[in-house]
Amino acid sequence: MEIVRSQRKPADAAVAPALSLYRSAPALEVRLEDFELYAIDRLRVLQGISDGLSRGKKPEEMEKLVSELWRAQMRHQDPSEEMNKDIISHFVLRLVYCRTEDLRKWFLSMETSLFRYRFRLESPESQRLLMSEFQLPYKAISHAEFETVKDKLNQVARSTGPSSNAETLFFKVPFEEVPELVAGRRVFMLKGFAYVAMNQVVSLVATQFRSNLSKALVLTNRKWTSTIRDKEKNRLTPIVEALSTGYLGPDYSQPKEFSEIALKDIDQLASTSFPLCMRHLFDKLRETHHLKHGGRMQLGLFLKGVGLKLEDALAFWKSEFSQKVGAERFDKEYSYSIRHNYGKEGKRTDYTPYACHKIISSTPSVGDHHGCPYRHFSEENLKAALGKMGVGGRSLDDILDKVRSRHYQVACTLTFEAVHAASCDSGINHPNQFHSLVEFDEVKRSCRKRLDGHNRRRRKPRSAAAASTASACLLPLPPASGFSMYLLTSLSPPAQPNLAGIARAEKDAREQRSFSHGYEEGEAAFCRTATEQCGVVDRPGF
Amino acid sequence: MMMMWSVVTGLKRRSHMYGGPTHQSPFLDRICFLRSIQEGEKGNTAIFGVASPPLAAGQPTLTSSLFPRIMTKEETSAERDDMQIDRRELEHPQVSTIPRGFNADYLKLYYGKLFPHADIYRWLSYGNDGKHPACDHSYFGRREFSFTLENDIYVRFQSFNNAVDMENSIREKCPYKIDIGPVYSVDPAKRHAYSQSGNNVFAPVERELIFDIDMSDYDDVRYCCSGADVCLNCWPLMTIAIKVLDTALRDDFGFNHILWVYSGRRGVHCWVCDGRARRLSNEQRAAIADYFRVYKGGENYVKKVNLAGAVLHPFLARSYTDVLKGFFEGRLLASQNLFASTERFQKILEIIPDESIASELLDKWQGNRRSSISKEDVNVVRWEQLKHVLQSGKQKAQGLRRCVEEIIFTYTYPRLDMEVSKHMNHLLKAPFCVHPKTGRVCVPIDPNNCDSFDPTTVPTLSQLLEELNMSGMRSESEDEWERTSLGESIKFFRSSFLSPLLKSCKEEMESLYNSKVKQSKNALNW
Ligand SMILES: [Zn+2]
Repeated sequence: MEIVRSQRKPADAAVAPALSLYRSAPALEVRLEDFELYAIDRLRVLQGISDGLSRGKKPEEMEKLVSELWRAQMRHQDPSEEMNKDIISHFVLRLVYCRTEDLRKWFLSMETSLFRYRFRLESPESQRLLMSEFQLPYKAISHAEFETVKDKLNQVARSTGPSSNAETLFFKVPFEEVPELVAGRRVFMLKGFAYVAMNQVVSLVATQFRSNLSKALVLTNRKWTSTIRDKEKNRLTPIVEALSTGYLGPDYSQPKEFSEIALKDIDQLASTSFPLCMRHLFDKLRETHHLKHGGRMQLGLFLKGVGLKLEDALAFWKSEFSQKVGAERFDKEYSYSIRHNYGKEGKRTDYTPYACHKIISSTPSVGDHHGCPYRHFSEENLKAALGKMGVGGRSLDDILDKVRSRHYQVACTLTFEAVHAASCDSGINHPNQFHSLVEFDEVKRSCRKRLDGHNRRRRKPRSAAAASTASACLLPLPPASGFSMYLLTSLSPPAQPNLAGIARAEKDAREQRSFSHGYEEGEAAFCRTATEQCGVVDRPGF
Repeated sequence: MMMMWSVVTGLKRRSHMYGGPTHQSPFLDRICFLRSIQEGEKGNTAIFGVASPPLAAGQPTLTSSLFPRIMTKEETSAERDDMQIDRRELEHPQVSTIPRGFNADYLKLYYGKLFPHADIYRWLSYGNDGKHPACDHSYFGRREFSFTLENDIYVRFQSFNNAVDMENSIREKCPYKIDIGPVYSVDPAKRHAYSQSGNNVFAPVERELIFDIDMSDYDDVRYCCSGADVCLNCWPLMTIAIKVLDTALRDDFGFNHILWVYSGRRGVHCWVCDGRARRLSNEQRAAIADYFRVYKGGENYVKKVNLAGAVLHPFLARSYTDVLKGFFEGRLLASQNLFASTERFQKILEIIPDESIASELLDKWQGNRRSSISKEDVNVVRWEQLKHVLQSGKQKAQGLRRCVEEIIFTYTYPRLDMEVSKHMNHLLKAPFCVHPKTGRVCVPIDPNNCDSFDPTTVPTLSQLLEELNMSGMRSESEDEWERTSLGESIKFFRSSFLSPLLKSCKEEMESLYNSKVKQSKNALNW
């Protein structure tokens, strides 16, 4: 069984699977308009995946979601057109998302998920073709070896759930190659090797995909900073920069002048405008004068995001921790990491507050209080916690209902609405947003102010449209990201994307594009150089 | 006098942190100590002062008169009773003894005479300190060390070019705690110079795979002690962790060079040192940590262990039958009195999803208060009853049968500090450090003999100095540690861990070199 060994020349388009490995940039000419629109469509797919993952969707549900998203955004009657759109949009987003560590991380994990689920949808035959395209050096185990470990392989299959027909084709690979299968105990492990079933090779391939893309992104970033950014200063650079600004909703890393908070107000704020996850951490901290690492990070960055200044943050944490561990030990062991979060120590990165998907997917352990209460609390504890916030009756039932169907962010949104007797159309997907929603009125004012500034920079006044956007979404709009942020924060009643918002955002985007880049609509602009540049770095040898 | 002041502040701080009831004892301790030192300064021959050149002149020395009394087992066994001793000393002021515990002067002697500097250096060099052409001589110098100095001063990013540098620095700075970090791409002491070049080249490149298991994470399943305390009734939880992880690291992951170390107080550390382990990415480390993770949910989750699936994964099944079950039924059930009170068995019954079964058992146990069957241990009896109900024929439901296993996993399965294992740049305390609170040395633990490891008899700093002092008159040997109870630990470290490790490092280096030579030859042929 040397299936995976069979060396195949790079497939020509006719027999190739629909799935691209994006080994090199396409030698295609792209209209500037498509450059951006394709990217927006792909971004919708990726954001949809991100939402799905943060809602804790199961693999089968994700598979369905991905195929729906793909059909809605990327499908074209002409398969070769679809392939082009796929490849072009991927390479454009590489440029967009190569530029910071956070952007790369997000893009990497969403693209890998996309690849994974598309791979699963391929036929076994084209899966094998893809495997050989990766040139993975692994052999299927012999029948004799299979017999010696058969029972264990069986045991693993039964331990992971109702196994379909028993798999007999296995690959023996170093465990390092399939971290996710190891993490989930979904493989049999023996002396450093993992026995990967044919129906699991997607992990193997995804790991490979991820690692190739990860390296490529770093190299693309180098290209970007060294040449592309300046060379494309008047053409692609503005598009690229605008495309990424609101990549995960608004940017809460920048302290907002309107939302600076004072230490003396913090208790008041905690009870009125902290989401449950933060309120719980806050209460526990006040109660026990201590939080473990995960809790300190989650709450600490949140407080930073709502505008607690470094000096105040230090004073705040110290006042609690010193009651438990003493002021001296606080200064020695804990103050470093607070300064670190504010970019004053270590790599001096200004760390951004955790978004919901990160909190939901965290894994609190013994003694931990971080995580998302809707996901990590038992129902009893959640009920009690909500009761303390004054949520009961009908709203409580609705919230618990959402929790049971694993729509944690929706549950959080409903909690907001119940507590504040207000509606929140956009949904919560960042804890800091919960806080800003409370400051709604101020936000609206500020949005307009910011947008005015933004528009001045864009040389086109469109404050009317912007203001309506702002009031509809209730969110502070960071500069230069009006449409993408809108697009990306649309969380909505379940399974009902905020289409109106997207449409409006898109219109904004078009208007904006036609003016800001100085190109007429429909002018055929060629981006070949850029795609080539970002593709060069991807060639084998790196 | 400076030294004495430091003793006082150290003790003050300790009493403050414990918030203990006997506020005066630390000062009593100080009085005794002051007296002892003064006596020493006046007359007696200072053995160490003479014998050890590394100690600078004018430093206070410990004299033989400080060690007249061999401590009883009772005194060394519990780490909380130093208060009692202080009181005793006040009652018998003429008995002068070495105060128990920990201070900078003892530590200085320890680093000067006992700490195995050379072994630590050879370990962390991984064969790169040799003459082989494949040796990377920058390797050791790129390793981060962190020192916790007196008065809680914390110094990160220390690095040393060679064994002498390291030893001198440790002796001179006399750190209360030494932490070992990763090997970086560049010398961590010069990281700022590199960071200005903007290319972000300062990053960890190698790090042992480490595990940290801390008894305080088990507070909901042990009733003998809590927090920082441990005793022989709860220590088996650590033994279980060592057995489960050690077997899996070797058999499942194929690692061979694994060092287990007592953390000096309430837990154990594990260092997996195979080349393959040192080169794991963060993602791969996280995967291993997750492979070991069974205990889920934070403090707000009732059911902490949830075993899904028709059968257990081979790793869990093996851990269960070989280790967990035996320890639970044979040791913890009775020693922790898990079913002895309503509060305790109620906690176990909460794990059973079927409320009618749980309340049936609850009624039964609350009704008869161990009257009829007093001969047998009540815990054992009740556990058997619970098992009988859950495993009897009528409980066909998969979930209920699995419940027995879930209970055992909840009460025995290792609880890892996941964050420590997941990231390359986490620091971990070096073996052979002395725990500042207990004075105990962080000695290696033999995983094949971990059943017999007893944390309450691990040598303490004062005990070692006493042993050294006692034997000092008798013999003069090269390695002073051989004359103390630290000898066994160092011998074990060398024979069971260090030499097999270095042998395989050498082989790895050899084969890597050969393949490189071959490659370059091929390249020439081209
Ligand atoms: Zn105990």
